Amino acid sequence: MSSTIYSHCQHAHCESGVTSNLLKYEGIDLSEPMAFGIGAGLFFAHIPFLKVSGTPGTTFRTWPGAIFKRVTQRLNIDVHTQKFRTPEKAMSALDDVLQAGKPAGMLSSVYYLPYLPEAFRFHFNAHNLIVYGKEGNEYLVSDPVLEEVTRIAPEDLAKARFAKGTPEPKGFMYYIKSVPKEIHLEKAIQSGIKQTCFFMLSPPLPWFGNKAIFTLAKKIKQYPQKLTTRKAALYLGNVIRMQEEIGTGGAGFRYLYAAFLQEAGVLLQRDDLKGLSAELTKIGDDWRNFAYHAARQMKDRKSDLVSFDELSHLLIICGEKERDFFKRLENTNR
Amino acid sequence: MKVNEVPQDPKDFREGAKVKKVIYAVDDDGKYTSVNSAGWEAENFATKQAWDAIDEELAETAEKVKAGELSPIAYYMHKCLMEPSLLAKYVGKWQWQVNKHMKPSGFNKLSADMLSKYAKAFNITIEELTSFGK
Repeated sequence: MSSTIYSHCQHAHCESGVTSNLLKYEGIDLSEPMAFGIGAGLFFAHIPFLKVSGTPGTTFRTWPGAIFKRVTQRLNIDVHTQKFRTPEKAMSALDDVLQAGKPAGMLSSVYYLPYLPEAFRFHFNAHNLIVYGKEGNEYLVSDPVLEEVTRIAPEDLAKARFAKGTPEPKGFMYYIKSVPKEIHLEKAIQSGIKQTCFFMLSPPLPWFGNKAIFTLAKKIKQYPQKLTTRKAALYLGNVIRMQEEIGTGGAGFRYLYAAFLQEAGVLLQRDDLKGLSAELTKIGDDWRNFAYHAARQMKDRKSDLVSFDELSHLLIICGEKERDFFKRLENTNR
Repeated sequence: MKVNEVPQDPKDFREGAKVKKVIYAVDDDGKYTSVNSAGWEAENFATKQAWDAIDEELAETAEKVKAGELSPIAYYMHKCLMEPSLLAKYVGKWQWQVNKHMKPSGFNKLSADMLSKYAKAFNITIEELTSFGK
């Protein structure tokens, strides 16, 4: 067994939190915002024809697994990742890793995690958590969105790791094999920023990156004509949930990314990054303002405090400010 | 958002208040820090609304099962927050087959083996599955 003791730290977002906690165990102090920024976690997509549980798919972050992969690649950290065919194999491989004294990160479905409050338990299959030990039959779990560590029965963990749907975790497990003596943050930060700008600004399709914000704005404007009041409220509610529900750190990861830019600015002694961080905080406030008015709209269906047109306009402002923001962020990085 | 502006509106439904999540906010000097938040009114409303919609739909489905329009599989599928496409993957069938089993006529023809697969997917006993709505 390893002599190091695993220490749990609560974070806003599951994947950047798991990445930060796994690195800390190996003696590398990388904050959650740093992991999120270097891993280029920020994104936006709205795909009206891809229905997730009956509502159009909306996301404020990059696809699952990308953050851990990019951070470890950019910092030259040696990792092991593996998928499995059967729960038996996946659970015995986990036992081996724990036996060797390593905490292991893994994908799971929140629906099958009994320790989470029911309010959050939907069929969401891309939740990351760490198992850091086993006591008797039970696994010791460090779930980054919780304040304290918890436990899970092996049957439940196996179910969560082999949930069906999209995406399928297939028991996906990852752990850090070894870390280099020194890590170089400057280059990692730059390539993280570069990638985020690329994903926000370059996709030619209207459903991805900055363009998707305008697509969503256009759709919201059409809700009153195209949808029943009830459906419109559910669609709008889904956007708010994606933006604010557990694990975003506020304003659809915008505050988390602003925290990254600030930390990077201090570390690299770059005032331009610090200034951009303050700007993104303001844009985050605009997103929160949109969510606030959208909720009022849903709550008070008749009073029409802020109409769908105005909601759409609030989003367009977010989109325009972000387009300008990411263009300038890209330029500082040249 | 400033640290003192971080909302603390408890999510007082379905144990939601048990988790105090982390939010990033700036202090008086503009420095980012993480703060625990009980929740936010706007977000709580959206989540509650999604759950209410599920409850409504579940109640409607229960009525239809009792009226003989749908089979218990439709009820438990909604109860487990699933859709036919997802349920099909759990029981190893095609979606059109699951759709057929959601009707009483298709349900009545199911083998004991198939019933146990459905019961397992819903985490209930075969008895609970077959007796619902009777």
